Amino acid sequence: MAQEQAPSGAFVSVPALLARNAKEFGSRPAYREKEFGIWQSWTWAETSEEIRNLALGLLALGLERGDHVAIIGRNRPSLYWAMVAAQMVGGVPVPLYQDAVADEMTYVLDHCGARFVICGDQEQVDKVIEVQDTIKHIEHVIYYDKRGMRKYDHEHLHWFHDIQEEGRVSHHRLEHELAAREAEQTYDSTCVMLYTSGTTGRPKGVVLSNRNIIESAKNSSEFDHLRKEDDILAYLPMAWVGDFIFSVGQAYWTGFCTNCPESADTMMTDLREIGPTYYFAPPRVFETQLTNVMIRMEDAGNFKKRMFHYFMAHAKKVGPAILDGNPVGGWDRLKYMLGELMVYGPLKNSLGFSRVRVGYTAGEAIGPEIFEFYRSLGINLKQLYGQTEATVFITVQPDGEVRADTVGVPAPGVELKIEDNGEIFYRSPGTFVEYYKNPESTADTKDAEGWVATGDAGFIEEGSGHLRIIDRAKDVGQMADGRLFAPKYVENKLKFFPNILEAVVFGAGRDYCTAFLNIDLTAVGNWAERHNIAYGSYQELAGHPDVFATLQAHVEEVNRSIADDPMLSGCQVRRFLILHKELDADDGEMTRTRKVRRRIVEEKFADLIGALYDGSGEIYTETEVTYEDGRKGKISATLEIKDAVMADSKQGMAAE
Amino acid sequence: MNDMSADSYVTEDGRTIGGVVMEMKNITLRFGGVVAIKDISFDIREGEIRAIIGPNGAGKSSMLNVISGFYHPQEGEVWFHGEKRPTMRPYQVANQGIARTFQNIALFEGMSVLDNVMTGRLTHMKSSMLSQALWWGKAEKEEFENREKVEKVIDFLEIQAIRKTPVGRLPYGLKKRVELARALAAEPKLLLLDEPMAGMNVEEKEDMSRFILDVNDEFGTTIALIEHDMGVVMDLSDRVVVMDYGKKIGDGTPDEVRNNQDVIDAYLGVAHD
Repeated sequence: MAQEQAPSGAFVSVPALLARNAKEFGSRPAYREKEFGIWQSWTWAETSEEIRNLALGLLALGLERGDHVAIIGRNRPSLYWAMVAAQMVGGVPVPLYQDAVADEMTYVLDHCGARFVICGDQEQVDKVIEVQDTIKHIEHVIYYDKRGMRKYDHEHLHWFHDIQEEGRVSHHRLEHELAAREAEQTYDSTCVMLYTSGTTGRPKGVVLSNRNIIESAKNSSEFDHLRKEDDILAYLPMAWVGDFIFSVGQAYWTGFCTNCPESADTMMTDLREIGPTYYFAPPRVFETQLTNVMIRMEDAGNFKKRMFHYFMAHAKKVGPAILDGNPVGGWDRLKYMLGELMVYGPLKNSLGFSRVRVGYTAGEAIGPEIFEFYRSLGINLKQLYGQTEATVFITVQPDGEVRADTVGVPAPGVELKIEDNGEIFYRSPGTFVEYYKNPESTADTKDAEGWVATGDAGFIEEGSGHLRIIDRAKDVGQMADGRLFAPKYVENKLKFFPNILEAVVFGAGRDYCTAFLNIDLTAVGNWAERHNIAYGSYQELAGHPDVFATLQAHVEEVNRSIADDPMLSGCQVRRFLILHKELDADDGEMTRTRKVRRRIVEEKFADLIGALYDGSGEIYTETEVTYEDGRKGKISATLEIKDAVMADSKQGMAAE
Repeated sequence: MNDMSADSYVTEDGRTIGGVVMEMKNITLRFGGVVAIKDISFDIREGEIRAIIGPNGAGKSSMLNVISGFYHPQEGEVWFHGEKRPTMRPYQVANQGIARTFQNIALFEGMSVLDNVMTGRLTHMKSSMLSQALWWGKAEKEEFENREKVEKVIDFLEIQAIRKTPVGRLPYGLKKRVELARALAAEPKLLLLDEPMAGMNVEEKEDMSRFILDVNDEFGTTIALIEHDMGVVMDLSDRVVVMDYGKKIGDGTPDEVRNNQDVIDAYLGVAHD
């Protein structure tokens, strides 16, 4: 293949890779998007043409070298083209989270100083117009979807196709300038700027160079033997580093096809139709899919139900071993093949996983049962550990060494070290250049030798060399009596129960641990329906005594499992409550990637935490909520608090 | 005939309202001894959103049924595009470019959303039943063209995710949207909506209002609608006809109607003599 003949240094930018792809496999599909019920596709040659026209159009509009170009919208080929077109003209693409409210967008747009904004549709344009009340440096707004845009003042507003058309007609005049701008790109030019979701404080703009992106894409593509025949489904936020590395970095490096769903609601159908060979999803997506399968099996006929459970039990026994290529007896193999015919094959097909060769999950810990479920079906699901500052990859699990409780070995080119306090440091070709306009933070995170602090605590397992993550380094604390407190560890164990969507555990500097829980409305709702329990809202269902009893059993089970680990036995949850609202990014309680913002939750629900520690049996509370359109309202509730049974630690150190 | 066509004007939000497309002249409709509509005249202009409101039993739906050819008035004339309309069957009215939705949803429950919306294209299909059955000749090309139009409507109303779902499985609010999609698929010049928001919650109402405005805005479709929710009517429509006991008691812009004493009486109730 082409990339093996040429040294990676020959392609110093994404536009350079585009030129190679258009030349060497111009007739292969580069993008597909489902629109009007049909998969529309673009070859690499067509893609190159589209991007070039857009780049010329941006040039005609006056885009300067180093200009930041903000890109907001759902995953669509046009917006990926916009990123590459911006790079071609010497600009820096800055993809933003499309579901961010105007206020969050204001900060990022102000911070990056973008003069150009490229939006998917009217919804995003409206937000940008709102932002323009406070920010004056946005000069041109370009939109792709024309719907509802007719009445807008088009003085500084342009239709995507008009810009491309403008570029096409003026190519004689501008071709020269474009070629010059492209030639100026070096391996150290900025490739993209991505804003971290910011579990703490304001988001930071992570500057990634061409070297970061291309080296990471190259190493990871080779690690998993990706090839140009592969297909991925691009459905995760474009602002997230993972999407950039999969849908741009690896896609352009390998030349595989990026498929965009019709809309967020049709994602599952589109997944099934495309049948990606390379797939990525956060644990939550796998959890939801598994929950749906289980719910539907509950409704299935008796024969199907028994067949499903029989073969799933067999898959659980031998599936992972077969996948890892370990020896398995002939009879078991035969039975597994029969299962493939009867259950696993059809199931994988209906999930859209028939063709998956490499699947990854990351971002959060995945429940061991969930992980094993997919692997036992023969889906090569693996874990990786990474962050924006590392251009994703820090550790990955090689084929055949996949386990639920580790995150794998250092990715190619990555060096790891663990400090005395347990914090993980890394150094790699993907290590970010800097935080934009924030030298203090850059210096805090990255030292002179290039070692970057991850902020996570963990250890390298003896023997296997795999990394295991315990928690965020700053969250790992001590309880009042000096015992180790690792909230995430406990929360993950709680969240592995399908009924629990979210958990927040408190206990630093306290005598014992307590927890807030969110129920999973799909799972608990289904249970309620089957038990003829009527409910009108999340709040009502969460307050149901039977739900409370179920969750109490879950908490007690977690306590027993924690007690097995002498180091962490102090983290057992003694008192807990079920929150009256779901933690939500719109209320600032979570990041857009759905990680809990611990400090904000602590402040917002201080009254509830107080009640957890003062021994009261119930508490009345009022909470402000933000609706999707930005309006605010209040909900109030009286919450029940109960004690959970604590298990004895193995060392006989009674927790109670 | 159309002497009002010169009066086209531009609304505050930049839409152009043209001349009269449909005129009802002294319509009276009786069912035996019951007078459902008594001597009502009003007009609908091109590109406007025209609402017909009134308390229960005022004759609103009857009026819509007169426009769409389901009922034939005993007296009065219906003028469409400057011509007096002879007595027509509903399908002939549909062929003239008038599509409608129904108050109590009239979809094919066992068919998918896509198939339901495709039926909206029937008036545009010219190939013979035989060639359609054999999928031969003109029928194939025609189906592709019609499917493309239908897919644009599906995209427009954001119902892609339920394209293949049988209508019977959908919640009420979505069924209403599918009905709108079927009416839109006919590419009507005049769209009649019979209580498009009845029984919906606030969010569904907001969505539906948005779609009605978008349809009017994007395709320039003239819309006549019946609605009970006064807030919705006042926000959406350019002009409002108010009916009570089969009679017209008000006609004008939402503001004019709101301040009309007869209308206030009809809605708040006064003693009848």
